[in-house]
Amino acid sequence: MKKKKIIQFLGFMLLRFCLYTVLAILLLFLYDIGKKGGGAISWEFLSQPPRRGMTQGGIFPAIMGTFLVTIVTAVLAIPLGMFAAIYLNEYAKQTRLTRIIRLSIRNLSGVPSIVYGLFGVILFVNILKFGTSILSAGLTLGLLTLPWTITASEEALKTIPNSYREGSLALGATKWQSIRTNVLPYAIPGMLTGTVLGLARAAGETAPILFTGAAFYLPYLPKSLSDQFMALPYHLYILATQHHAIQQVRPLAYGTALVLIVLVLGLNMTAIVIRYRMRRKRRW
Amino acid sequence: MNSLPKIETKNLSFYYGSKQALKNINIVCADRRVTAIIGPSGCGKSTFIRTLNRMNDVIAGARVEGEILIDGVNINSPAVDVVGLRKHVGMVFQKPNPFPKSIFDNVAYGLRINNGRNRAKIEEVVEKSLIEAALWDEVKDRLKENAFALSGGQQQRLCIARALAVEPEVILFDEPCSAIDPIATAKIEDLIMKVKKDYTVVIVTHNMQQAARVSDFTAFMMLGDLIEFDKTERIFTNPANKLTEDYITGRFG
Repeated sequence: MKKKKIIQFLGFMLLRFCLYTVLAILLLFLYDIGKKGGGAISWEFLSQPPRRGMTQGGIFPAIMGTFLVTIVTAVLAIPLGMFAAIYLNEYAKQTRLTRIIRLSIRNLSGVPSIVYGLFGVILFVNILKFGTSILSAGLTLGLLTLPWTITASEEALKTIPNSYREGSLALGATKWQSIRTNVLPYAIPGMLTGTVLGLARAAGETAPILFTGAAFYLPYLPKSLSDQFMALPYHLYILATQHHAIQQVRPLAYGTALVLIVLVLGLNMTAIVIRYRMRRKRRW
Repeated sequence: MNSLPKIETKNLSFYYGSKQALKNINIVCADRRVTAIIGPSGCGKSTFIRTLNRMNDVIAGARVEGEILIDGVNINSPAVDVVGLRKHVGMVFQKPNPFPKSIFDNVAYGLRINNGRNRAKIEEVVEKSLIEAALWDEVKDRLKENAFALSGGQQQRLCIARALAVEPEVILFDEPCSAIDPIATAKIEDLIMKVKKDYTVVIVTHNMQQAARVSDFTAFMMLGDLIEFDKTERIFTNPANKLTEDYITGRFG
């Protein structure tokens, strides 16, 4: 009996150790960036363009660029992903073909982002002639986000009990009426949660926008969807690895990293809040 | 007891893929009477009742043979609109399935999807349906509350009110009391006996006393076959078939 207890104790300790290790790495990472980047943050840093070969000034165009490109991403990924998920889960017959489609979508979420970037260059920049632009980059990130949106939306739809669908069909609702009035209202918070997480991931991506629209440096803000743009992750990449005065720009790089992390965490928090509210509201 | 036939099945067979769940069922459900379907688990009674409003349509690989006539019309013919059919043939499910909406919105649901926009008319029908379902006095002051706040038995009566609100002619009850307590069950049985003056009722139950109490006709099914179908009185006092007798006397089940 004693031996069993010792084994259980050691097991718990091991699990606890693993958790604390992961947590420690994350906290150390956030602490380091917070400490080194915190000093760079000022109103000027957030509201001014870079000056003097990016050694001074701020990152406002990069913040705006990331913001705008994320909107394009959302406009593509949210409706397309949600409707695709509705079709897959509610309308499509569950055959071998739909299983293959579903598996392919899951696999797409594992494709390296640089592959999406190159695909975006070919499809949006070259074939569709959108040029290197916010539009091309946003659409490329949209493609990257789609598998996440579809999968999360489908999972959200699956949590809605079948008795809601049957109940409304039995009252003479058409299939679409049943979905629209008795499935979607309860699934949408879950769908949004997954989508926002996908968007957060897309906002922090560098590779897909590298060739499709992100600019090294622009002194002005983009005026239309066909303009190039600066973006936080790409700006960070440049400051951290490509700049000649690497010591001088290091604090700015940390500041940029901090802003990017806060932005992504902010989006994730939004998702968590949506999910929390949904959990409190639902009663099945 | 004589009454016109409302529902008539002719050599009705049903398959889930290659598995036959119903074998040549011939039943006549009389208008404004209660027909009970009894039988051991897996005998096909739920499958049978779900063919009557074509709820089995959604099951992949399901197939119907034979005819189901309601008011003389074959409901599986291509000319029949399944959405329209389900407005005439309402259903109450085994587990109470209120929607996560207010009590009022639950009952109003069927009206709203059928383009009922008139607020006063909806209110009138909701009240009438809740009164019919013997729930009005318990909920009239809390119509805006979420339906999940009701007890299981109240939820089931709410589902009955919801079905009544679209003014069907037939109501199918698929083991409506299997998930609720005896007192709530008694209320629902009272309700069924009350509504049969206006509606044709088909009820599936695994509770034989319930069938004896509420129904005018009883069908006994086993393994997809209709063993015996007769007046309830006769089934429970003098069944023609040995299997029926064994089942109702509790020798198997």
